[in-house]
Amino acid sequence: MAATSVDVSDVTDQVPLDVEGDITVPGAPPEEDEDDFSTLDEPVKDTILRDLKAVGKKFVHVLNPLKGSRSLLREWDLWGPLVLCVMVALLLQGDNAADTGAPQFAEVFVILWVGAVVVTLNSQLLGGQLSFFQSVCVLGYCVLPLSMALIVCRIILAASATQTIVLFAIRFVTVLLGFAWSTFAAMAFLGDSQPVNRKALAVYPIFLFYFIISWMIISHTHSDT
Amino acid sequence: MAAFQNPSEGSAVIDMSTLEDGAGLDDDISIASSGEEFVDVRKRERATSDTSDEGDPNLAKGLTGALGQTMAEQVWKTGSQQAKKAFNLYANIDILRPYFDVEPRKVMKRLLHTFVPSRVISIPQKVASELYGPLMIVFTLIAVLLYNMKSSGHTVREGTLMGTAFFVCFGYWWGTSALLYFIAYICNTHIAAIQVLSLTGYALVAHCVVLFLGTAFHSVGSHSMFYLMWAVFGGLSTIKMVLVYLSRTSGQTQRLVLTGTCAALHLLFLLYLHFAYHNIVEDLDQTLQLRVAPVSFSRHDLGPVRSTHPVIRRVIDPRAVDPMAGAQEVGKSKTRMERDTNQQLVELGLKDGLDKSVHSM
Repeated sequence: MAATSVDVSDVTDQVPLDVEGDITVPGAPPEEDEDDFSTLDEPVKDTILRDLKAVGKKFVHVLNPLKGSRSLLREWDLWGPLVLCVMVALLLQGDNAADTGAPQFAEVFVILWVGAVVVTLNSQLLGGQLSFFQSVCVLGYCVLPLSMALIVCRIILAASATQTIVLFAIRFVTVLLGFAWSTFAAMAFLGDSQPVNRKALAVYPIFLFYFIISWMIISHTHSDT
Repeated sequence: MAAFQNPSEGSAVIDMSTLEDGAGLDDDISIASSGEEFVDVRKRERATSDTSDEGDPNLAKGLTGALGQTMAEQVWKTGSQQAKKAFNLYANIDILRPYFDVEPRKVMKRLLHTFVPSRVISIPQKVASELYGPLMIVFTLIAVLLYNMKSSGHTVREGTLMGTAFFVCFGYWWGTSALLYFIAYICNTHIAAIQVLSLTGYALVAHCVVLFLGTAFHSVGSHSMFYLMWAVFGGLSTIKMVLVYLSRTSGQTQRLVLTGTCAALHLLFLLYLHFAYHNIVEDLDQTLQLRVAPVSFSRHDLGPVRSTHPVIRRVIDPRAVDPMAGAQEVGKSKTRMERDTNQQLVELGLKDGLDKSVHSM
């Protein structure tokens, strides 16, 4: 080994030991693509509007499940389910005594989310192809017809002081329609991801989930105010 | 000496310990340490030490920068690998996948065969070890219980009811299975835990059917219909379970203990579900059977609901200590429906009697 005198300054010359640089990987796509995906610098209004538009598009897809669009599955988001869940829980809240208010909101909220998780787990265990959040997203969005039925029920309950059998029949039919629509929409989106001979096994939990929600809506007839 | 090598040749391993000694600097000092240059040397030493102070941080920073980055990457990789391993071990959904590997027709067949006991006990009977059917049955039972509770009148605490139904159903399924498996283990029964779970779960079909029919076709004032269904459906499913255990156990005492426990728990649970969450509208129906003119109002319009059953009382009005006190409080309520009911009772001439009995307590 040559007895060379190694100056410390040589080190810094030989090895680039800068503390700054760029974190791009050599061979990665050029800078322009990164700017397209960077949404940190855009105004908040743009972000919100973009998300709202995505949510709105998905609502339209749920209302018309036969259109065959798969954007509900590809770009999942949980904003829509959250909005629907909170709305349903608020509307189903009992408004007589203060102590009955809190459990009911929590109950509906928990039922909706835990129910969606359980149905998703079940469909995954049966061999479904969708990811966890895709399933939860679809199930949450398909609550939309039921929440619309709930709004109609509340209007009927608030509109007339006495509840006749005719009004009850209207409410029942509305909720039944909402339930059928929700189940059908969920099946339209989730059905293809299941093995063909096991579709019935995946349908039943979805049916039960929306049935329980429908039951909560139809049985919320006591407006004790 | 040359602990510091040119990175382009040799290994990339840098021996930090020798660098920290300032080994590279010794040469400079040794070269310059002759007489008159001593001052210079000292100056140089100081200078080099100064520069080394500056150079070392630079060097250290740079090296720890690159080294640190490598280390950080290593730590991250190891950490994420370990986390993935732990996740795969404990939260792996694939562990449960074999128990959900069924066809719809098989599930239907097993559901129907819950009521068809097999009389062969000389050879161990085949028991399915599947979890899909029992899980769906338990969820259906929870839904039926909710239906039961809702139709039993004005429910105030819905949150409590849902949680109670959930807890009761899952608690029974898992608790009874655990107890039966424990007894089976003691009694040397040739049965696996998952089979006990499956068996107990499938037997809950009887509970679903009986409770649903009992509430849907509620016959007022008599429990005979319920007892009949309890005997038929509950009995058949119990016999089915008992025969399975008999076929897999040997020894009279062991068989007796296991089958006795199983039958008792199964049938008593059905009784409990019916009477604890039973429709107590029958009390009101009995009261209103004295009416002459039929008035059409749904059951839900009947506000003040009383019961002597502690669970139902607490469910309806948690402030109620005893039933008549609850009725008194309710009678003072301003709700429209209760006003209607009170009015009807007044028409019947019953309200005075009720008030008298209330005040006398």
